[in-house]
Amino acid sequence: MALLEVDNLSKAFGGVTAVQNVSFAVDRGLVYSVIGPNGAGKTTLFNLITGVYTPTEGDIRLDGRSIAGVAPHQLASQGMARTFQNLQICMNMTALENVMVGAHLQLDRNLVKAMLRFPGLARRDRELKDRARELMGFVGLGGYWNRAANSMPYGALKRLEIARALAAKPQILFLDEPAAGLNSKDTAEIDELVRKVADNDVTVVLVEHDMKMVMNISDRILVLDYGKKLTEGTAREVRENPDVIAAYLGSNA
Amino acid sequence: MRVLRRHSALLFLAGLLLLLPLVLPNNFYYDIVIRMAINAIIVLGLNLLIGFAGQISLGHAGFIGIGAYASAIFPTHFGWHPLVAMAAGAAIASAIAAILARPIFRLKGHYLAMATLGLGIIIAIVIKNEAAYTGGPDGMPVAALGLMGFEISGEKQWYWVLAALLLFSFWAARNLIDSPFGRALRALHGSEVASQVMGVDVVRYKVAIFVLSAFFASLMGSVTAHYIGFVTPNIADFFHSIELVTMVVIGGMASIYGSLIGAILLTALPQALSTFEGWETVAFGSILMLCMIFMPRGLVPTLTARFRPNEREDP
Repeated sequence: MALLEVDNLSKAFGGVTAVQNVSFAVDRGLVYSVIGPNGAGKTTLFNLITGVYTPTEGDIRLDGRSIAGVAPHQLASQGMARTFQNLQICMNMTALENVMVGAHLQLDRNLVKAMLRFPGLARRDRELKDRARELMGFVGLGGYWNRAANSMPYGALKRLEIARALAAKPQILFLDEPAAGLNSKDTAEIDELVRKVADNDVTVVLVEHDMKMVMNISDRILVLDYGKKLTEGTAREVRENPDVIAAYLGSNA
Repeated sequence: MRVLRRHSALLFLAGLLLLLPLVLPNNFYYDIVIRMAINAIIVLGLNLLIGFAGQISLGHAGFIGIGAYASAIFPTHFGWHPLVAMAAGAAIASAIAAILARPIFRLKGHYLAMATLGLGIIIAIVIKNEAAYTGGPDGMPVAALGLMGFEISGEKQWYWVLAALLLFSFWAARNLIDSPFGRALRALHGSEVASQVMGVDVVRYKVAIFVLSAFFASLMGSVTAHYIGFVTPNIADFFHSIELVTMVVIGGMASIYGSLIGAILLTALPQALSTFEGWETVAFGSILMLCMIFMPRGLVPTLTARFRPNEREDP
């Protein structure tokens, strides 16, 4: 059974149908990319699957369980994590604390125990700090752990979001344009990082504009156009599909 | 070593509170320090809500009023033990906060400010109008706070009570911020959508911190009532709420030390300015305006940023 199954998913905003009857399935351990021209509905699709929007129609199943319309904070406990196209880093915290928030659900969130600093809670927090440092090393932010998030460069914050998402120990990770706004050197490093994440048994679903990166690292690719599924297949199949070329370059090309 | 470093600020504050009586010349100064401590404890709780969680309450004096009047009314009219009355006040304030928080915290920004403002004003009006129990605008006397045959009385005894309470609040607030609960609270301030995706039930956390700050406000209302021995409706009014929010902002949002500094400065300032005879309000207002123009983030965060540009204040 596929890890993620999307069935006839639709989302309408008033009269505009941003996503229309989209179906696909993502197998475990893959890097699965969603591409399409601007306004094709990629981010809307992400927001539907990760619970930020409620679908108008259709179903989404994670591990066989329906998750359509489930609130984001409940999806986290089912092993789903994501990053954002426009950075959603908590600028009022340090880099390390941002990563630690990622592990929120694995910790004791009791208010009274926190105020009185129960020994168990303090110990778990110290262990988490070590793991968060490791994760920051993993994404290439070894030197940043004590920095205030608002003093870090843009490229580092992009990686920080990935580290934070990984702290949740997700089984599936959604990356919304992890290379957006990065130069080619940084993009190549993100490229490598995404592969490393997938090698660690985390299924990756990716929305990305950088075609070189997408073609490089994707096991399968879904192409959206005007909210509809245009095609789906391996990098080579997608590249050679005349509909995809038409969608990107215009049908008269 | 780790324990020592972690608690160095706490030990410093404890030492300060221990030595302070050596230099306080008379009861007038004791009184000011006691008021500073009362305000500091309330502001610590309020800063958790405003500075750390990024929410606002313009009606917090209402909760202080509930605590103060619970401690005045229950022992006088119903013969309850003052400590039971204090607990009942805190329970009532927490219950009101918990019931109203769910609808209130669906609002954001200006609307949230208006809703909390309304809540505070309603509580103040109830206190003023229920004259049969509260004595109306004239207020009412409050029985002494006794414990196992021992009555707390006089500035010197109250000083030690408040020193202990302040130390505990300071310790607990720092613990809270550096905990999974506290990080979730700050995260929802930084990015609500990101914290949700991480599994934070945002509304629940906003409600929890609102209730907690209301609980502490009510307890300190009770303490104030017993300390002064008399309550008037002024304790619950809008201006008191604004005064507390100003302490949070001047001291520094999301800063534990800032809460203490803000409370100390704004409690002392009116006394220090009394030499200006008739112009003290103008001087007070001018100082606040200058602070906000030149240090919009508040005293402690501005100074911290100056000396340690890339780091945050240790929680």
